[in-house]
Order: sequence, then structure tokens, then C-alpha cells
Amino acid sequence: MEGWDKGTKSTVGEIPLMTARAGPRDGEAWRQRLKEEYRALIAYTSVNKAKDNDWFRIAAANPEGTRWEGTCWYVHNLRRYEFPLQFDIPVAYPQVAPEIELPTLDGKTHKMYRGGKICLTVHFKPLWAKNCPRFGIAHALCLGLAPWLAAEVPILVDSGMVKHKDDEAAPAEASASAAPSS
Amino acid sequence: MEEEQLSALLGDLDALKQCPDPASIDRMRERVVALINSAAGAASRSKIKDMSAEVVDSNPYSRLMALQRMGVVENYERIRDYSVAIIGIGGVGSVAAEMLTRCGIGRLLLYDYDTVELANMNRLFFRPEQVGMTKTDAAVQTLSGINPDVVLESYSLNITTVKGFETFLASLTARSSHERSTGVDLVLSCVDNYEARMVVNQACNELGQTWMESVMQDHVMFHTIGLESSVHTIGLKRTHSVSEDAVSGHIQLLVPGETACFACAPPLVVASGVDERTLKREGVCAASLPTTMGVVAGLLVQNALKYLLNFGQVSPYLGYNSLKDYFPTMEMRPNPQCSNPACVQRQKEYMDSKPARAAAAKAKMEAEASVANECPVHLDNEWNISVVDDEDTATSSIRSTADVLPEGLVHELPAADFYPEPPATASSSAIDDDLEELQRQLDALNSS
Repeated sequence: MEGWDKGTKSTVGEIPLMTARAGPRDGEAWRQRLKEEYRALIAYTSVNKAKDNDWFRIAAANPEGTRWEGTCWYVHNLRRYEFPLQFDIPVAYPQVAPEIELPTLDGKTHKMYRGGKICLTVHFKPLWAKNCPRFGIAHALCLGLAPWLAAEVPILVDSGMVKHKDDEAAPAEASASAAPSS
Repeated sequence: MEEEQLSALLGDLDALKQCPDPASIDRMRERVVALINSAAGAASRSKIKDMSAEVVDSNPYSRLMALQRMGVVENYERIRDYSVAIIGIGGVGSVAAEMLTRCGIGRLLLYDYDTVELANMNRLFFRPEQVGMTKTDAAVQTLSGINPDVVLESYSLNITTVKGFETFLASLTARSSHERSTGVDLVLSCVDNYEARMVVNQACNELGQTWMESVMQDHVMFHTIGLESSVHTIGLKRTHSVSEDAVSGHIQLLVPGETACFACAPPLVVASGVDERTLKREGVCAASLPTTMGVVAGLLVQNALKYLLNFGQVSPYLGYNSLKDYFPTMEMRPNPQCSNPACVQRQKEYMDSKPARAAAAKAKMEAEASVANECPVHLDNEWNISVVDDEDTATSSIRSTADVLPEGLVHELPAADFYPEPPATASSSAIDDDLEELQRQLDALNSS
């Protein structure tokens, strides 16, 4: 974890580690792992709230806990930019990390794989491999998604690729009122 | 043939110009129909029931069957009994599929979730007019035209998801028989990412299916992210593509239980020998050359044919560094502490079957010896040199053999740090809370 800032390091230290090496096809062992994932997410969310650094919402989108959906946001120049967030738990989990997707940014930055999967290759994948099976979803958000947002959102906003929703809504409304109703 | 028809048609037209004759119009119509039919006949051929070794220009298999006549392959026609699954129909997979199709493979199962794009046109196989089609459907379109004898199955799905994986497993086992546990004889992994490779590894370990993997290494394009003062400020160097290096690749044979699986040791890449800093570019996408992909696909299918048709030596690992034209080879034993339970299970089965294999090998050697009627190579043994069975001593040193790499090979990812895994009883009682209760807690946090 050299090269990471003190704040992130201390936050990661507060996220409980996983012990169950189990993926979505492992039945009862996966349920156990899922409990650990929840425990870690609850702890991480609480830490973020306590530090006034709340930045995501995430919940399982199916009863098996193999699909997760939510939102994440990033504050740049005092404005909040929010993005839908989703990912599947891969079959080979936890050997491989989840591929976090920000579908609304697909095609807007090169630092993504197809379908809005953010690039985790260099800054996160080796760390995940080294800490398998102790890292879970909360770690992927903290060490994978958070730094990606910190690096990419300012560039996307400054280059005009991403517009704040207030700026986007205004011209859209203007054109909607100008256009004949159909 | 066509020229004759056309010149006759011209003659008819000239005659028609001289005097209007309804009979010449009918003749012209017949000639045009004949021309259309001959054009259609040239574009595709009908299915061929048996592979013929007859040396005529119209036999698509004559040059392949010649391998048999020359004694390279004992029974080439057996290729029609074999089924091969190709995962990833990209730069390597599509070319491998075409090679196997032209070789007359019995059945090909093609898996990919992507569509054809113009950006793929620097590679071989796909054509610009196929842009927008799924890669599997576009491949079936081209391959069925090249060789209608091959049974082609197209699966456009993502194998890394739970649902996609189930379909993947079901399709592999669909035509299983008592002779083989799955319906395919070989799986070729031609995917471009670690996640998908791990999935193929999982499936093949569970099914005990022999597979080969190929890696085409793309040049890494580095970006250095500018730092912003924010709560998440972290210095990062990041890249777009998989860890790879445009000019190299490798192929590897994986026999569950017998050779190292993909999870036994961190994945390997061929080091480029080029200073990483010289590769840094502003830009994004992974570079790729049709040449390197063609070489890797060729190495892969060559190894697959040797494995299926039982000729030559099947390479357990063959690397390719195109900058130095360096081809490292090595063998990798499985890791007894592999994190993949299915791999450990296959290893156990392989060890258990050792006496049977030894007996079979001995019988085979005796049969060969009786045929050749061999005498000892050296009659005197001045130095008392004897052959020692290395199988038994190998088990204790398996870990170390996995760590020793030939020059030029490096691991793509670090190995997991060692943590003692807690005993199962302790872990199951680690969290007593109900799953639903935990969900409620997270929901409460989410809504506050």
C-alpha cells in the first residue's frame, strides 16, 4: 500500500476484512461471505458518514447478492456529480475483483472498458490479488472506485464531457418549451 | 466456360440487332440463367460426406489428407469427430476458428459477448460490412461459407456472470458421452482479460476438461493522473489495457490435476525487454498488430492439432517475444495449495490414478520394445548411471518449481499474501447475525 495517502490507509484499516473464500456458486459458504460483505459495507458507510465523507449508496439487487446497484457521487468545485453504479459478482470471485461499472460514463472516457467498466488494472487489481480473499466489495469501492472518481471526474467536468445536472436541465427545459408539443 | 457463354450472348445480341427473332431472345435468357447458376455454384460448395485423399483441385481436403499419406498424422479424418470450444472471438480466437474450420474440425462452439467494430479491422478475419453484428454470428457467417461441413454453434454471452457461466457449462457438457465427461475435446481460451481466463479455468477444473490458453500481449499505454486536492487524493499511475505488451504472447496447455491450473500461480507474461518508460504514451487504447495475433493463433492451433490428432510434441508452455524473437518454454506442476478447490480435487484424482497410468505406460513401452526388438543403447555402465523416477520427489518440491521461471518470463499479478485460513467451524460462527438483519442495517444507513 505504498503510494496511498494516509486518509485512505486509515479508512481501509477500519473496514473489517473477509475470511470466507467463497464465490456466488458456493452455496452456504457464499451466504457466509455475503454476511461479511454486509458487515464491511456497514462499517465503511458508517466511517464515511462519521468523517463527513459519504460518497456512495449500494445495495444488492437480487436475493442471491450476485448483482449490486446504487449510486456514487463526487464533489468538484463545490458541485456534486452523481453517477449510477452497478456490478455483478463474478463467478471466480473472490479470486477476481468485481468489475465496477458506471454506465452513464460509457464512451465518455478512455479509462474504461466496454460497458462502462472502470479501469482498475494498475491501481487496484494487484492490490486485490495480494489481499485475496480478505478484500471485499467495500475495499473495491474504497481503493478501486474512489480514486478513479477523484482522478477522472475533474478531467471529465473540466473538459465538458460531464455536465452538472442543473446545467444540463436548463437548456433541455428551454428547448422543451420552445419545441412544439407532440 | 463463362467467357463462352458471354461471347455467345454477344452473338445473339448482334443477331437480334439484325432482325427481331423471338427464338434468339429465349436463347439469351437461357444463357443468362446458366451464368447465374455457375456464379452461385462457385460461391459455395455443398457438404462433403467423407474426407477424400484424392489429389484433385476440387477436393478441399486433399492437402490435409496428404499429411496422412506422408506419415505425419496417423488418421487425419478423425478431426471430424472432434469438437472444440473457443472462448473469445477476437484477434486470436477468430483466426484460430478459421484455421480449425479450414482443417475440417467436426464442431466449433464460439463464445463472445461483443460486437464487431471498425476498430477491429487492424486484425484478421472480420470484414467492415460485419460491423454491428455479434462477433459469434459474424464468425458463423464467414466460417459456414468457408467450410459447410463444420457444425458451428454461436453463444453470444458473458461467461463471467453467474447466469452466463451456467449456460457456458451446460453448452460444454451438452453432448457428453461415457467416453468423455464433456461434449468437447478441447477448450481454447482466447480472451483478453484475467477475469474471463479465471472463469474458463474454473469451468475446466470442475469438468476435468483439458484446455489451452493464449495470451496476446498488447503494448501498455500509461497515463499519469493529475492530482486534485480532494479527500481521495492518491497518486496513481494507470493504464487502459491488460498488462500486456504489443509484441508478445504465449500459449499454455492446462490439464486439470496434471499441470498447473490458472489459479495455481499468478499468471505469467513474457517480459518485453523494453524499458517500460519508453512505452509511456499519452493516449489510450491498447495497440495490437495482426502479425503478432496471427503468430499466437498459429502457435495455439498447431498445438491443438498436435494434441487432437496425436502427432509431434504438445508444448506445455510456449512464449513468444517478438522484439527479440525469443521463445521460452517451460513446464508447470500444479500447486498442492492451489486456492481453487476443483483444481486440488483433480490433483488428488491424478495422484490416485498414478499406478494405473504407470501400468499403461509400461505396457505401451513393452509393446513398442517387442516391435522394435531393441537392445540396450550402452552395454557397459562404467559410472553406474541409472534412471531415477522423479515423480515421487516432485511432490515435495512442487511449490519451488512453480516459482522458478525461465529468463524473460514474469508474473502478471502478485501472489496473494499468506494468511492462515480459519478453520471452517470458526468461520461459520464468525457472524451470527441474520443476513436479512445485515441487509436492513445497510438499508437504514443508505436511507439516512
